[in-house]
Formats: sequence, structure tokens, C-alpha cells
Amino acid sequence: MPSILVRRRSKDAAAEARSLPAGRSAVVLGAALLAVLTAAVAWGSTSIPPGEVWGVVWRRLSGEAPRPGTDDLIVWQLRLPRALSAALVGAGLGVVGTAVQALVRNPLADPYLLGISNGASLGAVAAIVLGLGAGGGLGLGLSGAAFAGALATFALVWAVARRGGGFAPLRLVLAGVAIGQFLSGFTSYLVLQAGDEQQTHSVLFWLMGSLIGANWQLLAVPAVAVPAALLWLQARARGLNALLMGDETAAGLGIDVTRLRRELFTVTSVVTGVLVAVSGAIAFVALMVPHVCRLAVGGDHRRLLPVSALFGAVLLVTVDIVCRTAMDTQELPVGVVTSLLGAPALLYLLDRRLGSGS
Amino acid sequence: MRIDIEDLHVAYAGRTVVAGAHLVAAEGEITGLVGPNGSGKSTLLRAVYRHLRPTAGRVLLAGTDLRELSPVRSARHVAALPQERGSDFELSVREVVAMGRTPYKRAFAGEDAADRDIVSRALADVGMDAHAGRRFTALSGGERQRVLLARAFAQDPDVLVLDEPTNHLDIRHQVDLLALLRSQRRTTLVSLHDLNAAASVCDRLHVLHAGAVVASGPPRDVLTPELMAEVFGVRAVVVDHPLTGDALIAFDHRAPASPQAPVSGSRPATVRCVR
Repeated sequence: MPSILVRRRSKDAAAEARSLPAGRSAVVLGAALLAVLTAAVAWGSTSIPPGEVWGVVWRRLSGEAPRPGTDDLIVWQLRLPRALSAALVGAGLGVVGTAVQALVRNPLADPYLLGISNGASLGAVAAIVLGLGAGGGLGLGLSGAAFAGALATFALVWAVARRGGGFAPLRLVLAGVAIGQFLSGFTSYLVLQAGDEQQTHSVLFWLMGSLIGANWQLLAVPAVAVPAALLWLQARARGLNALLMGDETAAGLGIDVTRLRRELFTVTSVVTGVLVAVSGAIAFVALMVPHVCRLAVGGDHRRLLPVSALFGAVLLVTVDIVCRTAMDTQELPVGVVTSLLGAPALLYLLDRRLGSGS
Repeated sequence: MRIDIEDLHVAYAGRTVVAGAHLVAAEGEITGLVGPNGSGKSTLLRAVYRHLRPTAGRVLLAGTDLRELSPVRSARHVAALPQERGSDFELSVREVVAMGRTPYKRAFAGEDAADRDIVSRALADVGMDAHAGRRFTALSGGERQRVLLARAFAQDPDVLVLDEPTNHLDIRHQVDLLALLRSQRRTTLVSLHDLNAAASVCDRLHVLHAGAVVASGPPRDVLTPELMAEVFGVRAVVVDHPLTGDALIAFDHRAPASPQAPVSGSRPATVRCVR
């Protein structure tokens, strides 16, 4: 067959909107999530058979006494909270990334663009260097400091962005980028002041994102915040769709654009703060997940939000398995893997998109 | 439903752009809004579809002040086609048109058979039903504009508000779109740059100048050589269109009406208002 015909056909296919039905995507992703969660708990320095993984979970949930031995400790205390944290953080990043892209009407935006993660990092790094994060792990004090930093930054960006009225997308991005850069200057200074190698290591792990500190206590807040945010956004999915077309179009469809923007900025900032407090600033996931999902199920937020949540969860649980098992001697920060995989994946997708002559 | 605009003042970016405009868009008629750049056409329309809030004066929808209606309620009666063209977010043509159902839907509600029917009919009305599955941003400019018009139709409005709907369209697409508007026989308030197009499709025209309506009436009464000189600052004669018999404005493209003619800013000394 002449190659020109083949090319022509693929071009037409790209002009067609999405090809996958959303319901089937959700079922497939749900099954994949269960599979990678099981794998995440089963794999590691000590392997545990998948059946035993579910056995431990079942005994815990049904209130039976756990069997003596290390399996219960490894599954219930170490790996399961970590795998669930990865799922929640991944889902949260997918959902918040989708919402922020609609908020600033830019498919290349992510929540870190609004400065919140820089504030959280400054809070966390300050806590490490000033010695609040006792023991060097990513404990509760550290998460508290990160969340406080996120909220303070949110207030600052809010105060700058609201002037001129309406939280205009460009103004919001400029305020976020400027304030974020300002804060990361402070962070860099603090890193230089770090007392010893252990502190520097903790700071680096924080800045690149890691789930190493996950435990049941830390899990509680995102376990509430992420599903609540997803539900809240899902209720406003039509409003998000309308924002994509423009503020005037949205107003003409009966949407109070200024109020919706204000609420979206608040919700996405708080959830971003929660996620960064648990895991540090994990790169690329919030940018890439909505992109991939949009290519699969299209831009309608009623489908895009839940699919982004599921895909984000699957992605981050998988990445975290790689981080734990890739090297024998030490763990990799999650951000290292997401950047190494994410950047080429994104370039490939953009190239495909531009190549399709849109 | 008719629209009455009474002593409307609207500010945009800190500047009062519409200052004391009066006009009526009568039931079932196409009412045109013409005027030079910066005369306040778009700003006035934004107050009608509630993107901007009036600083003074009122917009009445069938006698009810818009401020007494929630944004969702007025969006069930007034549909807008602003000059925005959307951005690349992988929306299909059908999804863009289905947005028109937004003011009728509660949170979490999906589209029912009636919604799908309305969307399909709107797509058929603009001749885009064969393209429902395509990506919106893969369409040409003319196709996009028809899809956005279908979205406004899907809102099932009593009043259509269109801001420069023929901008960036080639002549055939302009003719198609204006013919479509005429065939719909809905109450329509439309701003147009092309005075000849306005003269042939509008039942009545309102001329906006420096934020106020300076002339109103049937196109033939409003579009006079004097008004062309005073408001637009150009020399023109008005003749009968050889094909249609409508008013045809022939411009002198070589020189303005007078070298120092104020194109915008102060209002002209002579103001006519035919009601």
C-alpha cells in the first residue's frame, strides 16, 4: 500500500476525538490499580505471596488476631500504608493537575506552577535544617511544617492574584511563578546551611519527592482530602468544561466565573499542600496524567476527572515499586523516576499531537 | 422575548466604556449593533450575557431586570456567542455543543434522551451533524464558528446574543451564517463590523458611538452619508443594492471624511434618534 495513504489515514484518526469509552477505561484502570497495589505489597527485599498479602489484609479488616510472624508487620505496618499513600498521592496529583489546567486554561500547567509546592518545600526544609523533623524521617512535624508553608504561600498568591479582580489566569500564573521563585531562593539558602550529610540527604529526598515516610497516621488526611476534592470537582465538571472555552462563554452559560475560579484555586491549593506534605514535591505526574487521560477519553471533565484519579494512582504505585526495588543498596526518590520517565513520555505525546496537524 | 436596555453604564478594565446606552431588541427581530472600534459594542453585549455587571442602568429581559434572575436562570433564556474561540483540550464537536445544556443540568446529572436530541438538532441546524465526533480544534475557522453557534442553539434560548459572528469568516461562510440567523427567526442581538451585512440582515440597527446609542431605526433610515462621516469618519454614499434592493453603502477608500475627523472619543454634535 502506498505509504502516503497510510499516513493520510492516521492523520484523519488524530482529527477524530478520543477513541476509548470512559466506562471501560475506568474498569481497566480499577483492575490495574488492584493489581499494582497487590504487587507493591508483595514485592520487596522479602517477597510475600499475593494470597498471603490479601490474607493479612482480610484478617486485619475482619478483626481476627494477626498471625505471629513478620508477614503481618511487613504487609500491614510497612508496605500497605506506603502503597496506599502512593495511590492517594497519585490520584490527588492527577485530579488537581486536571483542575489547575482548567483553572488557568492551559494544558501545560500543573499545581506547582502556582507556587504552593515551593512554599511547602520551604516549610519542610526549614523544619529539617532547624531540627524539627526529629530522626531525619519524614515525620508528622515535617508534614505539618510543609502544610503550613503551603497555606502561607496560598494566602500570599491569593493576595497578589485577586488584585485587578477575577483571578485572571495569566495573573494567577505570574503571581504563582514569581512567589514560588522567591521562596525557592530561601530554600536554596537553607540547604546550604544544612548542618550535616544526614540533613542534606533528608532535604534532597524531600525536594525530589518520596513515599519513604508513609504510615497510617500520615495517610489519614489525604484519604479524606483526595476523595472529597474529586467529588467536589465532579459536581462542577460542567463548569470546568465551560472554563476551557473562555470566561465569557462560561458566563453566558450561567456560571459565576470569578467565584468558580476562587473556589478552584482554594481547593487545588489545599489539596496540593496536603499531597506535598505527605510525599514532597513529586515532579511531572500532575502535568502528565491529565494529558495522557485526555488523549484516551477526551476533554470532558465528567469523564476526565475520575479517569485521571485512577491513572494517577496506578502510575505512582508503579513508580514507587521501581523506586523501592531498582537499587539494592538504597531507595530512589520518586521525583527522579517520574522525571526520567515523564519528560520523554510528554515529549512523545506532544510530538504526536503537533504532528497530527491540529 | 424582548430585551430593553435602559441608561446602561458598563465599565471594562476600570474604564466606563458604555455610558448611558438605550436600545430595544424586539421579539423575533434581528437587531444589529454597529459602531467604530472601541465604541462599546462588545462591552454592551457582555452586560446582556452577564459577563460584566452594569455600573448603572438596567438590562430588562421581557420586562424583568437581569439582576433579579440568577445567572443560571437568565442563561436559560439568553445564549451568547462571544468572540472567544476556545483552547486545545481535546473536546469533541458534540461535547462543545452539549455545553449548551449546562444551565439546565444539576451537579452530577448526565445528558438524557431529550438533551441528546436537542444537541443533535442544533448540530443539524448548522450543518455539522456529520462532524460530531471530530476534535473541535481540528476544525477550520468557519466550521468552528458554526459549532459554537450550535452550542448557543443547544441552550434553547429565547434571545441570541452574537458578538461579531462573521469575524474571520470568508464571504461564503458569512453569507451562510447570516442566512442561518435569518431563518431561525429568534430574537437576536448581533454586533457587526460589516455595515452592508448589517443593512441586509438586520430588521433594526443601533449605532453605538463613544458608549451611547446615537441613532436607531431601520437600516435605510440609520445608515446615511452624514452618519458615516460623523460616527465612522468616512465618506460614503448609500445606493440601492442591484440584486437585493437593500441599502448598499459604497465607501470612499482613498480618503477619510475630513483629515482631523474624530474617529472615536467625543460624541458627534448632531445626534438623531429614530424610534
